[in-house]
Amino acid sequence: MSQSIQNPSTSSNSIVLKIDGLTKFFGGLRAVHNFNIEIKKGELVGLIGPNGAGKTTIFNMITGIYPVSAGHIIFKGQEITGIPAHEITQLGIGRTFQKIRIFPNLTVLDNVRVAYHPHARYNLFDGILRSQRFSHGEREMTEKAQEFLGVFGMDQHQDTLASNLPYGAQRRLEIARALATEPDLLLLDEPAAGMNPREIIELMELIHFIRDRFDLTIFLIEHQMRVVMGICEWLTVLDFGEILARGTPEEIRNNPKVIEAYLGTQATRMVA
Amino acid sequence: MKTKIRSLPTWLTAGLFFLIVGVTFQIVFSRGWLSEYWQVIIMLGTIMGISTLGLNLKYGYGGMFALAQAAFYGIGAYSSALITKDWVVGWSGNPAGGLAGVLALDVGFILAVVAIYYLKIGRLRRRLRDGLSRWLTTFEASVLATSTALVVGVLIIVVIGGGSGWLVRQGVLTIVPPALGALPSAVSQQVIFALALLAGALLAGLIGFLIALPLLSLTYDYLCIATLGFGIIAYVFFNNADKLIPTLKGARGMVGIPQLVTWPWVFICAVIALVVMRNFIYSSTGRTVLAVRDDPIAAETMGIDAYKARTLAYTLGCAYAGLAGGLYAHLYAFLHPSVFTWLKSVDPFVMMVFGGVGSMTGSLLGAYAFVILLEGLRVLPAAFVDWRYVIYPVILLVVMLFRPQGLLGSSEWGFLKPPRIAGRKQVQGTSAGMAPAESQASESQRR
Repeated sequence: MSQSIQNPSTSSNSIVLKIDGLTKFFGGLRAVHNFNIEIKKGELVGLIGPNGAGKTTIFNMITGIYPVSAGHIIFKGQEITGIPAHEITQLGIGRTFQKIRIFPNLTVLDNVRVAYHPHARYNLFDGILRSQRFSHGEREMTEKAQEFLGVFGMDQHQDTLASNLPYGAQRRLEIARALATEPDLLLLDEPAAGMNPREIIELMELIHFIRDRFDLTIFLIEHQMRVVMGICEWLTVLDFGEILARGTPEEIRNNPKVIEAYLGTQATRMVA
Repeated sequence: MKTKIRSLPTWLTAGLFFLIVGVTFQIVFSRGWLSEYWQVIIMLGTIMGISTLGLNLKYGYGGMFALAQAAFYGIGAYSSALITKDWVVGWSGNPAGGLAGVLALDVGFILAVVAIYYLKIGRLRRRLRDGLSRWLTTFEASVLATSTALVVGVLIIVVIGGGSGWLVRQGVLTIVPPALGALPSAVSQQVIFALALLAGALLAGLIGFLIALPLLSLTYDYLCIATLGFGIIAYVFFNNADKLIPTLKGARGMVGIPQLVTWPWVFICAVIALVVMRNFIYSSTGRTVLAVRDDPIAAETMGIDAYKARTLAYTLGCAYAGLAGGLYAHLYAFLHPSVFTWLKSVDPFVMMVFGGVGSMTGSLLGAYAFVILLEGLRVLPAAFVDWRYVIYPVILLVVMLFRPQGLLGSSEWGFLKPPRIAGRKQVQGTSAGMAPAESQASESQRR
């Protein structure tokens, strides 16, 4: 049923992420059922739905944090189902979390430098013996991280402990850190959670900016309709673990099923 | 940011500092300005400091609540004692017998682990399972694949590990006694002692690694209980070790260990331990350990293998305990299992919490404070000596109430501070706004 709905975006770009029949059970609870999606390169896709619809569970399965109960996740033509989370990241999927998960006791700079570790040019023994390779590799990493912080306007705070940053800056740091893993696909889990309207507008600008700057494909979960309506090219709506609707923001906004899921039947009647 | 007068490079100031401290204490000790008793206390404090550094690597930096430091301390102590005792007093028939045995264990172990890692047994199992599942049910396929992988793994351990171990043993037995026998006995003893310390620390680290493999998937308190279990196992083993190697003497206590520890030995070992740990923490690999401590899931999504980072920190921490144990054995020349009960694992824990969790300076400070306080309180009149165990917990309580992060918290002194990183050369724009400056963005190319 849901497969028959065509993706509104009809560009001929290659498919970055293809999810087929993804299902997750927590014991007897079916959190996600038969979820399908195809995301093409460069798209900005939203996943919306009421609380507990299974959105974050889908992200956790894509990034390998939860094992998949059934179904397939194919990233750039490669099956990534069942691969450990850190390997999935190294393949090119970065993510942020709904509840901010920066490294609170590391400095801002170290938060970003950690993300470069898989690309480090020196090994453990170079580090302990402080070899030439260490100093070159470390300098390169530091400069890269500082440049990155500069892009996000955080280079003055490089020595601040991440836990001491204000909320909005922590979000920005989390996004910067995810981008430092050099992803092709970025998963943003409710990036606007807990932000005020002004911050939300800035965030939307930031998301557009990073997509163009880093040539990214972005898949984003959002709770607040106005955010996704503003930036996403097309949306998938999830309710009780199943796909409810798909379409452009305009279509979704006028879809009675979506309104019902969000506002309840009473509201639907009132709108009607 | 404060402006500083251009200072000497860190390695130079640190080197000078260590040189001065080491030489001063050596002069004080050799002139007899401190009584023999206090010399031993200071050396013991340094040794406990090494062990506490190891524990801090596990708990303070790695975030693993591990309670078996005394077990690894004991492994290092007994294994290095075996080596030197054999060389000086003899128990196995060949003076290098102990060295050959422990080194064979070390090398065989390492090679077996490396072989298993590079031959990718896990991948073999997965491939086999996927291949077999075409003809068999999933369950049958996975059982068959797992058992095949196990057999291959055991074969690798026996052939590569056992084979290389045997070769090393034979090599050491034939080469070392004539080679070192040519040297004067005082020199050869020192060489053997150095090898013994190294082999003991290595063995403790390797056993720690073996323990870490199954246990480190556990979190906080479960890991604590599990390592506690290992501590008890190790204690029982030390008590009954004479049944395996008679000279270990089990519950009667091992005697005849040469008293080879002098201040330079303790001091140089401590400096090496400190420098290695500092360089480890302030490297990319060290940062992954800290990141995993702060948030393992986020670390995984940064492309960091959390399990690997933890295993590494744990192994290194155990090796530190082993090194400290080796020094301890040759300081007192007597080993008794009661020193290595799981209760003694709490000692380094107390030192670490007292000095500062996640601070190298704090670990050392805590160790000295603990040892010197406990021994220093012996100046109390004879009737009150037992009150030491009341006074010192009270001090601990007060510290915990007023400074729960330990005396130093996570701050460091001198060269143990994180290296300062200069800010970016060209400071562009302000960082106040959320939206980044577009001009800045186009300037710097990412890849």
